[in-house]
Amino acid sequence: MPDKPAIDIDHVANLARIELSPEEKRVYLAQLGKVLDYFARLDELDVSNVEPSAHAAPVYNVWREDVPAPTMDTADVVMNAPQKRNGQVLMPRVVSE
Amino acid sequence: MSLTTFDTATSVVEKMRAIIARCDELEPRIGAFIHRNAEDALMQAAASDERRAAGASLGPMDGVVVGVKDLISVKGHPLSCASRILESYVSPYDAHVAEKLKGAGAILWGRLNMDEFAMGSSCETSFFQKTHNPWDLERTPGGSSGGSAAAVAAGMCEIALGSDTGGSIRQPAAYCGIVGLKPTYGLVSRYGLAAFASSLDQIGPMGRTVADCAAMLQVIAGHDERDSTSLKLPVPDYMGALQAPEAPVKIGLPKEYFTDGVDPEIRAAVNAAVEFYRSRGCEIKEVSLPHTEYAIPVYYIIAPAEASSNLARYDGVRYTRRSPDAKNTYEVYCKSRGEGFGSEVKRRILLGSYALSSGYYDAYYLRAQKVRTLIRNDFLKAFEDVDVLLTPTTPHHPFRIGEKVDDPLSMYLEDIFTISVNLAGLPGLSMPCGFGSSGLPIGMQLIGKPLDETTLLRTALAYENAHQFKSARPKGLVR
Repeated sequence: MPDKPAIDIDHVANLARIELSPEEKRVYLAQLGKVLDYFARLDELDVSNVEPSAHAAPVYNVWREDVPAPTMDTADVVMNAPQKRNGQVLMPRVVSE
Repeated sequence: MSLTTFDTATSVVEKMRAIIARCDELEPRIGAFIHRNAEDALMQAAASDERRAAGASLGPMDGVVVGVKDLISVKGHPLSCASRILESYVSPYDAHVAEKLKGAGAILWGRLNMDEFAMGSSCETSFFQKTHNPWDLERTPGGSSGGSAAAVAAGMCEIALGSDTGGSIRQPAAYCGIVGLKPTYGLVSRYGLAAFASSLDQIGPMGRTVADCAAMLQVIAGHDERDSTSLKLPVPDYMGALQAPEAPVKIGLPKEYFTDGVDPEIRAAVNAAVEFYRSRGCEIKEVSLPHTEYAIPVYYIIAPAEASSNLARYDGVRYTRRSPDAKNTYEVYCKSRGEGFGSEVKRRILLGSYALSSGYYDAYYLRAQKVRTLIRNDFLKAFEDVDVLLTPTTPHHPFRIGEKVDDPLSMYLEDIFTISVNLAGLPGLSMPCGFGSSGLPIGMQLIGKPLDETTLLRTALAYENAHQFKSARPKGLVR
């Protein structure tokens, strides 16, 4: 683990696609620094010969037949969209004219 | 005689009316529900009465009033995850557990408060309201399923659905003096549960008694092909097993869970429970889970990492609140999320994004997954010698509202006894085992082998039957 975890808060906020206020950046930087210091205790363990666990259950790839079946109505699919038109979700224009 | 405490004597409509009236009286002080639809509940109740009159009852859960944590989909009901970003979302479909409970005739009642997206241990991160502990209104009910625990404790539903990612069923159950069961990972389908950390999340019952929880588990457990981690196994007859004669089990006490860091009253209450089991012929053995101290850092890397991925879907596009100030696609994402998520959710998404980011993945996420293996192996080794582990559920009594909001790390440390169980995918149950001098309930935790809910429930029932804690109710709530 890096000795002194230096968080580039703008970079991380961009990765997370969350707009933060200057005050939030200040607070999170301090709090996350404290939490990451605490994580450093994992360095005490030798895990070189340990397999990682993605989850606890002994379940592997699950397959099913690719059979067409009814799905949700379009009206239900878009019912919660903040902006919609003709059964489609509306977004700001991506390509400029 | 019925094993459960569910009220089957009165008409279901009358019972529902009484519960609605009780909610009207208590909710201004407790704040367990984000949303209630009395008309809808009375319609469900009338249908149950009709079935009963026609001799077509759907079984022991028919007419039982079930409160629903606000992250489980019920078609046509709101679902907010206690977040501003889902403020006006309505579920277009039923979760697997909702389908199952409807099929068993249960009444799905209200939307119960929680920490936003289940991230928290106190219900204080809810966008909408604080929930107050029915035993002491100055204190938190725990979290994240704090609304579920408070509603059951205050008699505002007969049983509730909760979800548990790091203790979110068991810790509020302990704080509110009720029984809460987190099943084995994969036993209950997560289809229709708003995902927090997919490798840890599990839905479970929160009720007044062990048998109440068993009755609900009987209905909601079982394979569902819509959840790829749902286990393809027959569901045991839990209710039948509770009627079999008591048989002593081997109980392990993990020494790492009985330290000076635990409140002396809690230690005393759990030790008294140990003596009870010894008196019933159970063999008691000290065991060791040597990697316990690493569980919190492992959890707070894995859970936020999974959350940062799962919560990417709340982007202001398809079903979430969109910022009115967004001028382009990028701003729709960033501003909607900046405005829509609360501070704890942002903190965890940032933490998870950091832990998964280029250059840090191996140091944090991969290492945490490896230590997770060590934690699971500790449990499997302990279970070579014992059938059940007995521990305190929480190190401390319920804390005061506001006491820990500015210190996230100290809040995270309160999860020390519950999170390992999620990391290892085991079943865990919390039940009342006494009261502190201030009158606050104390919870003990029983941890079982994978898929051995039966032994867990039977062991819990033996204790419950010999003690009066199940009939204890918070006093002075109804004026």
